[in-house]
Amino acid sequence: MAGKIIINAERCKGCGLCITVCPKGGITISKQSNKSGYFPAQASNTDCTGCATCAIICPDAAIEVYRENNILDKPYKKTAPNLKGKK
Amino acid sequence: MMQKVFTKPEALKDCQTHYCPGCGHGIAHRLIAETIDELGIRGRTIGIAPVGCSVLAYDYLDVDMVEVAHGRAPAVATGMKRTNPDKIIFSYQGDGDLAAIGTSEIIHAAHRGEQITVIFINNAVFGMTGGQMAPTTLLEQVTTTTPLGRDAGKQGYPLQVSELLAILPGAIYIERCALSNPAQVRKAKKAIKHAFELQLNNAQGLSLVELLSPCPTYWRMTPAKAIEWMENEMIKIFPLGRLKG
Repeated sequence: MAGKIIINAERCKGCGLCITVCPKGGITISKQSNKSGYFPAQASNTDCTGCATCAIICPDAAIEVYRENNILDKPYKKTAPNLKGKK
Repeated sequence: MMQKVFTKPEALKDCQTHYCPGCGHGIAHRLIAETIDELGIRGRTIGIAPVGCSVLAYDYLDVDMVEVAHGRAPAVATGMKRTNPDKIIFSYQGDGDLAAIGTSEIIHAAHRGEQITVIFINNAVFGMTGGQMAPTTLLEQVTTTTPLGRDAGKQGYPLQVSELLAILPGAIYIERCALSNPAQVRKAKKAIKHAFELQLNNAQGLSLVELLSPCPTYWRMTPAKAIEWMENEMIKIFPLGRLKG
């Protein structure tokens, strides 16, 4: 698990937009309603990469995203294939 | 060790909004709040809330806000900016506010080249009053006042305000974005930030960012379907991109 999301169940209105954008399919709608009567989204967090697409589309700013440090520290150059050397 | 990479911006208050599930206003509020946080201008920003669904925007954005008469935000912004040139003034207006009752105000504010930032939310319908036809409603779109779909012969064509304003020399930056998917939301954030930066750098003229925004309730769709409809239908009539600047 390289990442993790925490959904604020009281802010969430269960619109499900996060479910449509999650590349890992790790978000579902809860069977427990919140205080406002909405059924909020809930995260399984099993395959989460911390890509934050769910948080970017969330209309209620209800999602907090965490990611492993080492992924952040690794510069893109080192992980990208060296295309310049190939002829 | 997990590090927090995304959280609610500080300029957004910690409370639930009154918007319907899947409404684009929440995303637009967050993008503005993120921009204000990143530019560090929370103490000197004054926002103007419109009349419409986002009439309570001052309850959610943690900056100084005023509420003005319907459609008159650019007129009030003019006065505020001229008397307080060091303040950052932005207005947040929907399509009922900016494109219907306030068309005159926005056109003349742009024409005079007022140094303000306008965030224009276009959802092609009057949301607060119950889903009536707006000037921006698409042809054949069903609303409560056009139950058979909008007919060009009777109700006219969708009004493209951004294109109208882009021809005025007083407008320096006009861009249309959509709050449809994470990539477009990122682009919208860049556009909003650029519009604020222009004002921050004393660029002479009006900057406007139009955001196509879903209204699942009055389009009578699920939030996911509303996003699809926006991408397939709305973007054809309101093409995305930088129209000026």
